[in-house]
Amino acid sequence: MTVEVQIPAVLKKHTGGAKSVKGQGQTVRELLDNLDRDYPGIKKQLTSEDGQLHRFVNVYLNDEDIRFLQQMETGLKDGDVVSILPAIAGG
Amino acid sequence: MFCLPLEYYNEMIAHVRAEAPNEGCGLLAGKDGRIQKHYRARNSEQSPVLYSIDAKDLLGYMRDMDAQGWDLLAIYHSHTHSQAYPSATDVKLAFYPDAVYLIISLQEPQRPIIRGFRIQDDVITEEEVDVET
Repeated sequence: MTVEVQIPAVLKKHTGGAKSVKGQGQTVRELLDNLDRDYPGIKKQLTSEDGQLHRFVNVYLNDEDIRFLQQMETGLKDGDVVSILPAIAGG
Repeated sequence: MFCLPLEYYNEMIAHVRAEAPNEGCGLLAGKDGRIQKHYRARNSEQSPVLYSIDAKDLLGYMRDMDAQGWDLLAIYHSHTHSQAYPSATDVKLAFYPDAVYLIISLQEPQRPIIRGFRIQDDVITEEEVDVET
């Protein structure tokens, strides 16, 4: 499955400045694994050591937060748009 | 120098006062440093010591900015019981190096204090805030 991945400003250093890249995978987890091969280091910014999404990173599939879908196992279809947005949070 | 027109300053102060004692938060967007839009956000933490902009709302704000050709100029939140300076949590969760982080202290409710900062790679750099009257 080939999807469009929208990259936030804070991660553009990993993608050579690109705001949007193509990615592949049957699930979000596979997509992030494949992205990390093309753009080393990007996955570490998004997931914790147990392989789950960082609490303060939001990933959306076609505008739906994947936390309310099947999280990292959310399935992807050709032409889907996956958006990554770091949380805006603090104390 | 971050130029903040008085109307936006007044809106932000009114918003964070209405949220007190919880922290209030929101975004300012625009082009070339000129603010065009104030997004009053919901603090999904509903806490006096934490804030987090609702994830679904955040995507909507970002989509709106893209559609209008605006940049995210500033992220603001209130400190209801401490000074207008980034907390350790603020620094750890500062993922938007291109935005100014505005912090409004309501320690003295009748005398709000606003200060601005760039936060990148754990380094805090103050950016003077000029409230334009």
